[in-house]
This record gives sequence, C-alpha cells and structure tokens, in this order.
Amino acid sequence: MKFDTPATTNPIDRLKVIGQPTDRIEGPLKTCGQAPYAYEQHEAAQHQAYGFMVGSAIAKGRITRMDLDQARAAPGVLAIVTAANAGKLGKGKYNAAHLLAGPEVQHYHQAVALVVAETFEQARAAAQLVHVEYSVDKGRFDLAAVRDQGVEPKDELPDVRHGDFDTAFAAAAVQFDQTYSTPDQSHAMMEPHATLAAWQGDHLTLWTSNQMIAWSVGDIAATLGLPKDKVRLISPYIGGGFGGKLFIRADAILAALGARLASRPVKVALARPQMANNTTHRPATLQRIRLGATTDGKLTAIAHEGWSGNLAEGKVELAAQPSQLLYAGENRLVSMRLAPLDLPEGNAMRAPGEAPGLMVLEIAMDEMAEKLKLDPIQFRILNDTQVDPVKTERPFSRRRLIECLQTGAEHFGWDKRNATPGTRREGRWLIGMGVAAAIRNNLLVKSGAKVRLERDGKITVETDMTDIGTGSYTIIAQTAAEMMGVELADVTVHLGDSNFPVSSGSGGQFGANCSTAGVYAACMKLREAVTKKLGMTEGEAVFAEGHVQLGSRQVPLRNAAQNGAIEAEDSIEFADLAKQYQQSTFGAHFVEVAVDAFTGEVRVRRMLAVCSAGRILNPKTARSQVIGAMTMGVGAALMEELAVDKRLGFFVNHDLAGYEVPVHADIPHQEVIFLDETDPISSPMKAKGVGELGICGVSAAVANAIYNATGARVREYPITLDKILDSLPPMI
Amino acid sequence: MNDHPPSGLSRRRFLILGAVTATAFALPPFISLKAYAAHLEQPAMANVTFEVNGKPQALEVDNRTTLLDALREHLHLTGSKKGCDHGQCGACTVIVDGRRINSCLTLAVMQDGAKVTTVEGLGLPDRLHPMQAAFIKHDGYQCGYCTPGQICSAVAALKEIRDGIPSHASPSLTEPPQLITSELQERMSGNICRCGAYSNIIEAISEVAEVSA
Repeated sequence: MKFDTPATTNPIDRLKVIGQPTDRIEGPLKTCGQAPYAYEQHEAAQHQAYGFMVGSAIAKGRITRMDLDQARAAPGVLAIVTAANAGKLGKGKYNAAHLLAGPEVQHYHQAVALVVAETFEQARAAAQLVHVEYSVDKGRFDLAAVRDQGVEPKDELPDVRHGDFDTAFAAAAVQFDQTYSTPDQSHAMMEPHATLAAWQGDHLTLWTSNQMIAWSVGDIAATLGLPKDKVRLISPYIGGGFGGKLFIRADAILAALGARLASRPVKVALARPQMANNTTHRPATLQRIRLGATTDGKLTAIAHEGWSGNLAEGKVELAAQPSQLLYAGENRLVSMRLAPLDLPEGNAMRAPGEAPGLMVLEIAMDEMAEKLKLDPIQFRILNDTQVDPVKTERPFSRRRLIECLQTGAEHFGWDKRNATPGTRREGRWLIGMGVAAAIRNNLLVKSGAKVRLERDGKITVETDMTDIGTGSYTIIAQTAAEMMGVELADVTVHLGDSNFPVSSGSGGQFGANCSTAGVYAACMKLREAVTKKLGMTEGEAVFAEGHVQLGSRQVPLRNAAQNGAIEAEDSIEFADLAKQYQQSTFGAHFVEVAVDAFTGEVRVRRMLAVCSAGRILNPKTARSQVIGAMTMGVGAALMEELAVDKRLGFFVNHDLAGYEVPVHADIPHQEVIFLDETDPISSPMKAKGVGELGICGVSAAVANAIYNATGARVREYPITLDKILDSLPPMI
Repeated sequence: MNDHPPSGLSRRRFLILGAVTATAFALPPFISLKAYAAHLEQPAMANVTFEVNGKPQALEVDNRTTLLDALREHLHLTGSKKGCDHGQCGACTVIVDGRRINSCLTLAVMQDGAKVTTVEGLGLPDRLHPMQAAFIKHDGYQCGYCTPGQICSAVAALKEIRDGIPSHASPSLTEPPQLITSELQERMSGNICRCGAYSNIIEAISEVAEVSA
C-alpha cells in the first residue's frame, strides 16, 4: 500500500481497541520469567557449547603474537576463534569497526578471540589463558584536542546556511554566545548482547538480541560471506536496546564462527564489563550556541555548531540538527564537524542528535530568556514557527509546541516559580523549576506484515518487527483486532523472525507508527480477501464484533475461513508527503529539583512531560516509553558519563558500578500528558512516535531547574555536585 | 611476576600494561602456573542439593558455578536474569531462605540445603502472584529483562518492612519502618531498570503493599 495522500476516515478511527490503555499482551510471560531471551533458548538447539569473548587490551595497534596453547589445553575447551582461523571476514554496512580484530586492532576491547568450551565456567577460565602480545600505535582519544581536524559530514548534515548569520548576529540588540559539552554515554541496556548460533549445513540460524532484523541479516551475510537466504535471525524478546542493538555486534559473529569451528551450536553473551568498549556508545559532543535577538525577544540569528568524533568509517553525532527546526529566526547556521578518534565506535543512542543537541540548545534558550528578562516559556512561544524555518514553503504537519508549554505550565504550577535563582528554600533544600522544549522528527520507513484469518476465526500476525520494551506486540495486536473486528485476545502476534515480512524495525521512534501501518496495510488486503470470499464486494463492509456486515447481511468472520485459512501480506510504503510537510513530534518537559544547600546533592522532586505526537496507539505503553526516556534524561543530566582514559584510549567506568544510571531512589513519580491529536499526514494510523521525544530536552530542564534553585549554571554534563558546589548561595 | 612497577611507569599504567602483556599470568602470586594448569585439568565438581520452588534438586556442579547459572543453565529456569554477573544490577535477584539475594554473587555449592524461590516459583501466567499481576496492571516493566528480579526483590522487600528491618531511608533504627514510597524506593534501588519503569514499579508495589498490609 502506497501512502501518498493524507489519511481520511478509516477503520482505525473506531478506536474500539486502538487508543485504549491495554496491558501488554506479553505481560504474563515477562513477569513470570517465561519469555525466552537470546541466551535462554535451551530448546532451540541440542548440545549447546559456551563461548567467551576475549577483548583487545589496547586501543590501537597490531596483534604481534597470540599464544593459545594454554587456553587450548584447558579443560573443556572445544575451539578458539581468532582472525587467523576465522576465514575471510567482510564488514557489515552498519559497522564502522570490524567485529573481530587481527592483526589490526581498531579499539579497546575489540574482540580478538572467542574461547568455546563445554561449560560457561570453562570458557571463561580458558579465556584468561589466551596470551596476546601487541604493538601499540599512538591513538587520538581527546575530542577537544582533535576538534579542529573535524570535517563537514556532507552526507549526513551538510552545513545549513540560511540568510546571513554573521551580519544578523553582529547587528542583534541582544547577543548570546556559549560553549557546552556532553559526554560519551552508554546504552547500558539490562540484557547484554547475546547470541546462540547453530549451523545446519551451510545454513546459519542466530537467536539473538537485535532491533533491526533485516539490516542485521544483511550485515551477518556480508561479514561471513554468505548469501542472505542462508541466514536466519530470531529475536522474539530483546532486553533493551536504545540503539545499542540496531546493529550486529561481536556476539553474533563470534557465535557463528565458534559454532562452525566447534561443529556445535554455540552461545555467547558479552560480559557486562566488555559492553561499553566492545559495542557502540553515544559520542561526546562539544557545542557552541550563538543567539541574536531583538530587545523584545524575537530571535534574528541562530548558530548551532557542534563537534563529535568517531572511528574512520563512523558517523557524526547530529547534535546541531534540532536547531534547524525548533525555533523561528531568519538567519541561521547549523553545522557539525566530525573529527577522527580511536575510541570505540560511536553510534545511535536514543534520539541520536536531538538528545545531546537539546541538552545544550535548551539551556541556551534558558540563558537567553534570562538575558532578555523574559519568562523562558514566553520566550519560546514568541519564537514558535509553524513552517520549516529554512524552507518556509513547507509547513509542519502538526506542531502544537505552544500548547505543550502552556498546558504543562498550568499543570505543573509554573506560576509559582521565582525567576530569581536561589530564592526558594525549604529547610536545607534549595528548590527550583526548569522547563525545556522537545522536538524529535517523525521518520517514515517501509514496513510489511502478513496477516492470517485462521479457521477458528482468530487472527495471526507475522512481521520481523521487534519489541524492545516499546510495546510492539501489544499495539500490533490492537491494530489487527481493530482492523478485523475481533477481540484483542483473538490476535496472536509473532515478531522478530527474518522468515517474516520485513518491517521498519525498532529505531528512531519510527517503529510504532510504521510497523502498525504495515499491519494496517496487510489487514486491508485481508479484509478484501474476506469480503470476496463471502461475496460481499459491493460497497464497504464493516468488520466488528467477530462479524462482517454489509447492509443488512451479517456473517461471522470465521465463515470466510471455514475451508482454510486466508492469508494476506502487504507493506506500507511512504511516498513524498514528508517532502511537502515537515513531520515532527513536540513536547515540553517540566522538572522541579531540590539541591542540598550544603552538599550540592541534587534530588529530582517532580517531573512532567506534555507530548504532541499524533494519535497515541496505547496510552499505557506510550506513557511508559515517555517516563523511561525521562528517566534516561535524568541520568544524562546528573550522572551518566563514560570517563575517557585519554592516554590509553578506553572508557574506564565500563560496568554498572562505574557507569551510573538512575535507580529507584533517583526518580520521583512522573507525569505525562498526551495532547489529544491525530496526524493524518503521517500514516493511516495517524500516529507518530514518542519513545525518543521523551528524552529530548529532559536533561536541559533538569539543568535549568538546578540553575533556578541555586544560580549555578553548569555547561558541562553531567551536572555532578562538584560542578555546582562553588556556585551555591552563601549558607546562612 | 614482578610485584613492583618498573621504574618510570605509574602503578596504574603498569596494571594496564600488565593486563596487555600478561593476561595469562593474572594469578594470585602464591599459585605457580604449573600448579594452576594442573589444577585446571580437573575442574572441581561438587554435589549440591537444594529446593527450588518447592522441588528438591540434586546437581553436580563445577565449584565455580554461581547459583544464577545453576538455575539458568542447569535447571533451565531462565526467569532469573544475568544482567551483569557482578552484583551491580539486581536482575538475578531470587529469594533464598526467605531473604532476597543476588544469585550471581553466590556459588551454587554454598547453597546446599537452601530453599530457593525464583520468579517462576512466585507465579505462572495462569496463576499470577499478586506482585506479578500488579506489575502488569501498572506497566511496571518494558523490555522485561530486569522484571523477574524487580518482582522477587519487591516481594522480599515488603516482607523486610513487615519484619521491622530498617533501611537507610528509615527515620529510626528502632521504630518499625513505614510502608511509604521513600522506603520502597530505597529498598528497590539495587534493582536497575534501564527502561526506566521505576515510577510504575513503585505504584505496583504500593498497591500490593496496601492490599496485603
């Protein structure tokens, strides 16, 4: 189905099942420990052996010698994979670095070997006996030191020069110019990257933990030199991804190589301390913001310049991107520079670009509002735009940022905020409120599904879409139930198998809208087949309550399948509505913090997000996506930082004790308001995404609240107490 | 192995270089390599019997096998999750003799005679434990990987409060702790949820606490 004109009234609009706050359909399995993740597929293959990865102990250089004798002689060892016996390996389209090093080493903890043994304990012990010698090359590990070597990422974000920034900024009555930094961050999903690999002849099956099944089939085939049709990926449950499982990683390739060498199915999970350096991370950024405005607060000039680093084939972190679209202003410069670094590969993490970009831009807007003596909400409202500020002929399909800000202000009690920092105190606590705007673009990706009416009248959906905690199982079942007019319990959903039609996958907050739109397309086809079978082709039949009705004739749906199941497959393909309309989601984040007047300890006391994101397919699971993203935003604001050893080139705090993420005690009750809306320009579902919108701007709202509480303006994330102690108001 | 850093190298750099050039030699100084290798030829195995979810289990395990791996790899009870294997995340939380522990931080052989309850022992889809039902109702999970640990931890944490065991958040060591949000948040802070379902998890636990109080 081609989606080339805005959606009109369709069966989804009935909202009998869609739009309801349904419990997750896989909830009983997950809460009872019955949902099998990648490392838990005991039934999938017989005689599974265990693989344990050995990571490089240097960041850059060459392996000069490997001594495997001791490891080979260790009890239980079946095989040891190294570059020397792996055969020729290619590199996947989505990987910057090779997944198995040798002889060249590209980053710290890049895999150098996999030890396969009968038991996990034996594999782990023998992995310690792999003896590797290296020659070390000098690497580049300090972004600030290499920023001037940065180049324009012409394919990803060529410089945006609109109007004449320099002249407008120079002429602006009020000017603002500040530089900020955001650190490297780790996805730190709870389930480590894991894969079980089994060969049947030249056919490889991988039970793995992966967000993008079709991409990954392609990359496994490319890496191992196999035709794509010889690779099957199965990923029914994924213990968190956040972008860290968009791509195949070493566990998948090593498990496949280990299984081939040992002639046994082999399973591999990365050990937690290997994850931060072996896999990808969100790259650190340096960002400079310049704003020019009239004295009454109209922005006339906006410059957002950023720098990030990566390995040779890695991408830039598009941190400046949100400044293309968030605010009006006739003169604009948006640019990123990508500098060479030899740290592990940087790549997408929840709201890539927007998350670190808004961490910075939305502090700058708070600072500028203060300079203009404007309320920060009023300042943002003054500079709203209903069209793409660079291509003004392109309107936003829906943009209700002002309503998000106003609704939130009213709900949160923004009027109780004292604009003068450091003036509200409750005992030992300094109290402050902060706000930030959020924008995250609505991406549209082709997505397919197969839908079957079974003989008993029940519906089965199959698609290679994944559920990474996002609620895909549930909203896909809701979509099929709505379309076919059956109960939610009558729909079975199978996900995450490369034998199923290719979906959008889970990334870029496009999964919910695109994958359900793909199911919608397949259901439209199935409805057609059903009405044809029932001889109800004249006019538009209604599918409801297990029946198909046309005029006065009503037939049970299952009658259509009494001679055999009926199957339909289709995809949603998006035409160029995205060219005519800028499609984005918007939000406003409100945060109240208490800062200990003596120690500088920050406690987040209240949080509210107001989201404008099209139709909300399931308010319960969507709200969870948003509060989860808000939580990650608190982490980014207050604690998350991969500390770089700039001499040896690795992330030092590479486990969950060293890399701190929010825990229960850090997070208060969180509130989310979804504005009631539909966006018929997005898809037949009239939905957009929320999973990344939820993190956009949160950290800046925390930072702004800390400033309001204390007068401490920190421009280097994370805002740890050592950075605010010196700026705390005098103790009385 | 030289115990002292060679001159000109910081201790920190020495440690890292040590790991580079001598991974094979990362042994306690009192064990010779030869002895270690000989020792490895015969992995030490032990018999252990314990009760898991009311069912007696007799296993022969490698002495190095954690309780977590005994459950997951030997008994195929994969509800208990391995998130870090270092006691940093809480995904492996199970209840042993009435108290919650990180099952990755205890060896199976240390639990001889113990009574172990895992998430599977609390309830199954057709007979949910009230805590499992509350997690579903309040959407106290997303990806589901930390969830069994959160649920085991929550069940045991409520019991700790009922038993009068104080926490860091308790105002007094002698007064009975209160069933309040700050107590629950403190006691649950060893269970990380990267999806960030904390707000919902606390609502789920609070509902069960109110009903069972």
